[in-house]
Amino acid sequence: MRKFLSSPAFWRGAASIVVFLVLWEIGARSKQWMAPEFFAPFKELLGAMGFKKDYLPWIGAVPAPSGVLKAWVAVLGQPGYWQSWYMSMFRVMGGFIAAMLIGIPFGLALAVSRVAHGIGFPTFEVLRPIPPLAWVPASIIFWPTQELAIIFITFLGAFYTIVINVLGGARSIDVRYFQAAQSMGSSSWDIFRRVILPGTLPSIVVGSAVGMGITWEVVVAAEMISGGGSQQAGVGGGLGFFIWNSYVGGSYEQIVVGMISIGIAGFLSSELLRWGGRYATPWLKAR
Amino acid sequence: MSRGHIVIEDVVKVYDPEGAAVMAVDHCSLEIEAGEICMIVGPSGCGKTTLLNAIAGFHDITSGRITMDGEVLCSNEKPKSTPGPDRIVVFQNGALFPWKSNLENVIFGPVMQGKLERKEALEKGRAMMTDAGVSGVEHNYPGEVSSGMRRRVEIVRALMNDPKALLLDEPYRALDSLTKSVMHEALLEIYYKNKVTIFFITHDLEEAIFLGHRVAIMTTRPCKPKKVLNVDIPHPRDYSVLTSKRFRELIEETNDAVHEEALKAFQAGEKEG
Repeated sequence: MRKFLSSPAFWRGAASIVVFLVLWEIGARSKQWMAPEFFAPFKELLGAMGFKKDYLPWIGAVPAPSGVLKAWVAVLGQPGYWQSWYMSMFRVMGGFIAAMLIGIPFGLALAVSRVAHGIGFPTFEVLRPIPPLAWVPASIIFWPTQELAIIFITFLGAFYTIVINVLGGARSIDVRYFQAAQSMGSSSWDIFRRVILPGTLPSIVVGSAVGMGITWEVVVAAEMISGGGSQQAGVGGGLGFFIWNSYVGGSYEQIVVGMISIGIAGFLSSELLRWGGRYATPWLKAR
Repeated sequence: MSRGHIVIEDVVKVYDPEGAAVMAVDHCSLEIEAGEICMIVGPSGCGKTTLLNAIAGFHDITSGRITMDGEVLCSNEKPKSTPGPDRIVVFQNGALFPWKSNLENVIFGPVMQGKLERKEALEKGRAMMTDAGVSGVEHNYPGEVSSGMRRRVEIVRALMNDPKALLLDEPYRALDSLTKSVMHEALLEIYYKNKVTIFFITHDLEEAIFLGHRVAIMTTRPCKPKKVLNVDIPHPRDYSVLTSKRFRELIEETNDAVHEEALKAFQAGEKEG
């Protein structure tokens, strides 16, 4: 840890973040410091070009980090904020775990059985290009509760990636491993358990990590579209709804708080996966 | 006692008999004595691996017959032999399971076949690894040790199956020449302790003469023996053989034949490209 703190890489990283925050703070306050005359010609120009008058894209419209921090501290004590965390986490994990439970066996079946591949793969490939968010209305109609609808959409986000990775991983196992196992007297079941499963594990880890990222993207959008899936407006609708609600309510600082919260949540879940992945594939660190 | 006496009779292998038929092996006959080190020398892509795959049971043959100790492995009636622990292949780029530790790799065969209990297998595996000079890496993954070590572990894994024959497909190809010479001596040492038939494919003439009782020089595609050389340098051998007069003479005797085939293979390759 001490070594890490004294390494140039750490200080470069820290400096990068500090400079970013400082620039952001300066940019956000720039409107107060600069005379309105400074912006006038630009506004004229945009107006002349047919854009909305009196509107200039400028970082000054974005809340400053200091304001965001204040809003964050205020929101930390509210149970609604934590309820949003819980709801989004719950949906992500629900969809993601379902995607693993269904996607891994399905991918393996496609890889080992020509019959399964022949029956399952064409339908899979037809459905795969449909973006998960295009499923939102159909999903809300199909599932009895909005909660299930959102979980189903996050499930779709991770499912395709996991299946494709498992299938590709199992297919790319070197034929020599099969031949060696066969020579040494392995049955088909042994080969599945001792060659195909461990051989596919690295791809399962990669597929899950990518799938987890997509899951977060999808859950936020699904929450915004579906209005949070909650009966009580504004309370416990998930982090995506938290952002949307802050926008509607005009609390711009809270929008950024929600954005950063999602970043943190995504990072935490990826770390968790990475840790699990390292634990499941200890031989890869040998490379 | 005959153990690992392999007879290859008139074997033909044609790839894709319907379309553009490519003859990989052409009426090849070769007898490998029990407990012999038989070296197969030929240029890359000459069809020698096809022959090894036919013995191992990874590919079928078009016609002919291969027997081991009188038992038919493959023939016209049964073109593909069944892979089994009596003939273990050591692959060109190695095929240790990267997800198993070296020791777990070594005990794979006997445990799979139910020949040994796990505990007995672990004991035997450790003893054989020590014997082969690879003790101390039992609990490492193959990816954590040098490629020379990996090859030795793989040979130990093969021997744990108590095979009649070892089929080696250019196992030292990727190694540098210094590691190679160490590996050659190590292989001979292992061989002197466990007399098994060794069917060893290479394109390195010096390696072939240093290791083999006999060296079969193959013609390039289609593959069949062009010349079979008896290496009359007595075993046990060590690296001093490499500088002996007889070794040089044998190389001179065969160099032309090998070079001729290499040239043919090269020109054939040019035509294809």
